[in-house]
Amino acid sequence: MLKFLESVPANDPVAKPEQRQIIDRILNENKNLPGGLMVILNELQNQIGFVSPSMQQYVAYRMRIPVSTVHGVVSFYSFFTTTPRGRHTIKFCMGTACYVGGVPQLIEKAKQILGVDPGQTTPDGNITVELCRCVGACSQAPVVVVDEEIHGRVRPNKFPQILRTVQDKEKQISEQAA
Amino acid sequence: MAFYRSHILVSVDPKCLKKGAHEILDALQDELVANGLVDEVQVLETSRIGDPDLHAPDLMVYPDGVHYANLSVDDIPFLVEEHFLKGRIVEKLKARERLVSDEELSAPKSKEVRVVLRNCGKIDPNNIEEYIAEDGYMALAKALTEMTPETVIDTVMQSGLRGRGGAGFLTAQKWKLTRQVPEKIKYVGCNADEGDPGAFMNRRVLESDPHAVVEGMTIAAYAIGASRGYIYCRAEYPLAVKTLNIAIMQAREFGFLGKNIMGTDFSFDLEVRMGAGAFVCGEETALMSSIEGKRGEPRPRPPFPSVKGLWGKPTNINNVETYANVPQIILRGPQWYASMGTEKSKGTKTFAMAGDVKNTGLIEVPFGITLREIVYDIGGGIKDDKGFKAIQTGGPMGGFIPAEYLDLPVDYEALASVGSIMGSGGMIVVDDETCMVDMARFFMEFTQDESCGKCVPCRVGTRRLLEILTRICEGKGQDGDIERLEELSEEIRAASLCGLGQGAPNPVITALKYFRQEYEAHIYEKRCPAKVCRALITYEIIDGVCTGCTVCARNCPVNAISGERRQTHIIDPDTCIRCGICMQVCNFNAIRIN
Repeated sequence: MLKFLESVPANDPVAKPEQRQIIDRILNENKNLPGGLMVILNELQNQIGFVSPSMQQYVAYRMRIPVSTVHGVVSFYSFFTTTPRGRHTIKFCMGTACYVGGVPQLIEKAKQILGVDPGQTTPDGNITVELCRCVGACSQAPVVVVDEEIHGRVRPNKFPQILRTVQDKEKQISEQAA
Repeated sequence: MAFYRSHILVSVDPKCLKKGAHEILDALQDELVANGLVDEVQVLETSRIGDPDLHAPDLMVYPDGVHYANLSVDDIPFLVEEHFLKGRIVEKLKARERLVSDEELSAPKSKEVRVVLRNCGKIDPNNIEEYIAEDGYMALAKALTEMTPETVIDTVMQSGLRGRGGAGFLTAQKWKLTRQVPEKIKYVGCNADEGDPGAFMNRRVLESDPHAVVEGMTIAAYAIGASRGYIYCRAEYPLAVKTLNIAIMQAREFGFLGKNIMGTDFSFDLEVRMGAGAFVCGEETALMSSIEGKRGEPRPRPPFPSVKGLWGKPTNINNVETYANVPQIILRGPQWYASMGTEKSKGTKTFAMAGDVKNTGLIEVPFGITLREIVYDIGGGIKDDKGFKAIQTGGPMGGFIPAEYLDLPVDYEALASVGSIMGSGGMIVVDDETCMVDMARFFMEFTQDESCGKCVPCRVGTRRLLEILTRICEGKGQDGDIERLEELSEEIRAASLCGLGQGAPNPVITALKYFRQEYEAHIYEKRCPAKVCRALITYEIIDGVCTGCTVCARNCPVNAISGERRQTHIIDPDTCIRCGICMQVCNFNAIRIN
């Protein structure tokens, strides 16, 4: 086995058996596909949630390509992240219609309530705040995307309500766990 | 076999049953017997017809195609007597048209012509049979069985169809070039990387009528001799990817994709590839790099993709809308298509209208329509009856068009003549409360961030443009900044490798051309005429209008507003960050900008 596998941090998906299984399945299914690297990285991002440096090394090893190639692709596209994100993502659409329609004010509001800047995750690991490219829902500007769900025509004073739906979900989960 | 002159289809959807569909069925039979119509009118049970929440219980009468809804047993005798004995449609029992709650695509306005959007909102995108019922895959059958690849190309040539991705190259010319190259393996690609902010025409087509794109691509593949195709869709459109994959699977099941399509010796298959959030991948050479699994960086042309494309093989890349037009052209003939539009731009074009216009959403209009007709007749004019300032076409690579050109006919050449571009079809209308320096800065922020970094003019140039524009917005503009912007823009345009860099300065150039006085006001008078740029404005609560409701104080992110309940509030200008939230939430218009 490769040397680097020994130095993989214990909390990396490559080191965790059940996540490793997912990574191997994705690799086995797609590694011989023409142009398969993009497909693999998209799947990893989707199913694991991020593409850690060790995961990049592992992909390179399994595909028999340089790590620099894998890292080059990962760093090029904004959808790939190298660190884990919060359990929920709140994205602010930065399309023209949303910008004109008042997304900057919404971001201000979010900063005030959550205490984090776009690109950051709340300390409890619950929510990651992101700016994103036009999601193509311009007729409903300004748009906030919570996980996969699009909220349109959001006014600053309505934003806390949207936030509450996420927080309630989290509360339920933690109560169930308790 | 019995022959019936009429058929009554009664919905036995669970909701309809609950509301008495069985009783309606019994009553119908009884009435038909009583009127001696049992041999003439047949009653059948069917699944859902209308919207069960709105229409249940309902029924459909064929061949008249009349939809009766919200029926009760007591209505039946009258209905049977009127409709089936006397032949008169009972207007009062007819189903009310469902109010369109589709925010993106309303019912066609009078000046619209729907070709590409014809099936959107009408058919179930996840059911190929509904597409087939709307003449789907007829064009493919016609092309494969009645036409040679050359006649397909000729037909598309005669229609005058031009690339809908923005550049406006003749589609058939591209196909011809790809066909001519003596290579065995060829590809077709579909550019579904609709990244322009404010544009969502392609997303809507992919989500609501994916088979039109699949069929169009298959016809293109037949014309150029390709055996494999890729649809490159951006990752921001997960639903479009899902819908496309279902469509492709169904097309394979029906033999419209795969080996020996429709029993001919033509074989072709398709695959969806997903982007990962890089705007530049909408540029065709960058798109190909991305499909190949690499960084999505553009490469110099020539060689053009038609000669050396995906994996070095000839590749034809068209936009979603271009492909979606093709089946209609094959089916209805090139003359029909060429009868719409202007001399050089034929057919129709979809636009996504957004911004400060009353009716936002998708429209499809024939080329040659004026901007005024689009903004006022279809768009309903400016929101809140403010004034029109400019319309931005073509996304971040396009330009602003001021009010003086509102009567410009929309086609590729006309838009280019005023410094903008057709682009993929985003149209953003801005009202007179929009600052043109801020808008140019917004677009430059976008292109600067999305520049792939491969070539210097674009990578460094857009950065410098952004810095100057930000400086002006912050009230730190210097004498000579306007000239610097102009010079730099020209250089970026001339020296960049791909369309992104070449088009990046367009918003700045056009904003400077048509709204120069706003730039001068920012730089020399330190004043933002539209009252947008934060460093140059202050917010103030108007005494006497303020009711002291405290909404603004509660919503202020920096607690800059103070005041007793029912007393006029005060904004502390030193703490205020000029975010404008107070103005948005105030119910009494008690806040003004100075």
